[in-house]
Amino acid sequence: MSRVWKLHANVNTDEIIPGRYNVTTDRSQLGRYCLCEVRPDFPENVKPGDIIVAESNFGCGSSREHAPVALQAAGIKAVIAPTFARIFYRNAINVGLPLLICPEAVEAAGDGDDAEVDIESGSIRVRQQTYQAAPVPPFVQRIAEAGGILEFIRRYGWEGI
Amino acid sequence: MGMTITEKILAAHAGKDVVRPGEIHMVKVDVNLANELSAALAIDEFKKIEGASRIKDPKTAVFVPDHFTPNKDITTAKLVQRVREFALDQEAIWFEIGRAGIEHCVLPQNGLVGPGDLIIGGDSHTTTYGALGAFATGVGSTDVAVAWAIGETWLKVPPTIKFVYKGAVRPWVVGKDVILFTIGKITVDGATYKAMEFHGEALATMPFASRFSMANMSIEAGAKNGIFHVDELTREFLAGVHKEGYTEYQSDPDADYDDVIEIDVSDIEPQVAYPSLPGNAHPISEAPKVRVDQVVIGTCTNGWIEDMRQAADVLRGQKVAMGLRCIIVPGSQIVYKQALKEGLIDVFAEADCIVSTSTCGPCIGGHMGVLGDDEVCVSTTNRNFVGRMGARSAQIYLANPAVAAASAVAGELTGPESIVGSRAPVPIDREPVAA
Repeated sequence: MSRVWKLHANVNTDEIIPGRYNVTTDRSQLGRYCLCEVRPDFPENVKPGDIIVAESNFGCGSSREHAPVALQAAGIKAVIAPTFARIFYRNAINVGLPLLICPEAVEAAGDGDDAEVDIESGSIRVRQQTYQAAPVPPFVQRIAEAGGILEFIRRYGWEGI
Repeated sequence: MGMTITEKILAAHAGKDVVRPGEIHMVKVDVNLANELSAALAIDEFKKIEGASRIKDPKTAVFVPDHFTPNKDITTAKLVQRVREFALDQEAIWFEIGRAGIEHCVLPQNGLVGPGDLIIGGDSHTTTYGALGAFATGVGSTDVAVAWAIGETWLKVPPTIKFVYKGAVRPWVVGKDVILFTIGKITVDGATYKAMEFHGEALATMPFASRFSMANMSIEAGAKNGIFHVDELTREFLAGVHKEGYTEYQSDPDADYDDVIEIDVSDIEPQVAYPSLPGNAHPISEAPKVRVDQVVIGTCTNGWIEDMRQAADVLRGQKVAMGLRCIIVPGSQIVYKQALKEGLIDVFAEADCIVSTSTCGPCIGGHMGVLGDDEVCVSTTNRNFVGRMGARSAQIYLANPAVAAASAVAGELTGPESIVGSRAPVPIDREPVAA
């Protein structure tokens, strides 16, 4: 079971991890300040395996990869939203943070709900209903399966791209 | 069917005759930019890549430390130290502060980017270089690291929205207003994953720097890139920075567009984006007269010499309101020196403004002007997100340099005419001729 952290539309990367905390590449530091201003209760209470469920355009703003890394470091298993901002989506793929596109699940889920998410199949169960996330493009799927672009390259070499 | 300028540049860098939206291609990277924040993370990732110890083509790798420089504390000093050592060891292009400034002004002004180039950068405002007819987009640190290793990156070809700007701009209106108006119209995710291609007779009625402001803020509509065609003004800019040997691409007349949006700029007043989204744009005449604590003029969006001239036009002979801080941030050392030469720094100093070193500092709430609780800031920067420039309760209004300067004098959000009356603004597209 994953706890749902429900967030608003247009959550930007400064909200995910404020710019002034991006002066480190230490994952535990980034995790500690993740969402610290939007949800002051988040850093203290987030548990490994929890999920973010957000309204549209999640991750807009800066290109800082610190944002998906901070979510990962905080223990977030996946982010579910109707749409994602482009650079955040790409960065999440590259670092191996699963993103699921599923407007129906976003509408259904509330903050603090329990949810079951199967990353591989894209199945999301919340409030006694099961929802199916949009299929991921094959190219993206292959990187996701490897757990990120670097692991993908290690396994398949540059030609694999 | 023809291709757009974006598709042509991507095709040329993928070694293909034709590419279409939705396709994913490996493309050659001409310039790969990183600042100290994105570089630090990229260096960590680069070291994890098997077999990669050297940047494949170090002359494509550009490093500009600008976010927390001059370093604000020991943590950021150590961060920049690490990036500096790496860049110099790799024999890459390193811009030390003092001869540099903010990355998105530094690269064009040093002739490092030009028409037809494919540029990626570990900073979302890398889109700025589309002003020169280049394909330029922001990426994360891992993408920067992979491109260091192999000189290429993967890109999905975006569909293109064509914007046609008609008419002539009103007095005091510049590209900043046009792009705020445009984002207001299409919303902050109106161009997500797409290219914004800017056209129209109105472009010739704005100073060249307006194109940098517009391409810069195309990311605020979610765009992958923003792009202009090369014209005489572009060639003049490029000649001024000694950029040679570039390729001018043009969209075909039968290119396929996702949408075509026409906007008559003669209807547009100076715009203000209210807190807390860049798409929350309104005409200045409708803006509330909120009391202002701080004004920031400059940075990568409006730190060009034309912007300094516009701010000085309003601030000349005036004083900043009591209790208000007005921080001027020239985009680069080159802009700073030109502003000195034109006497603009004197104007700012006499008006009781603070002239800052070129840095991203205040825009990201990093240093050199961080906002406190409930403070109100009028800023020429690009993002007014909650907490962006400091305290979470601070309120940020985005505007052009003339509106920001006028607000600094008035102490409340207002347009330039309330300070200088109905006289015409001085032309800002040319260095004034000495009397």
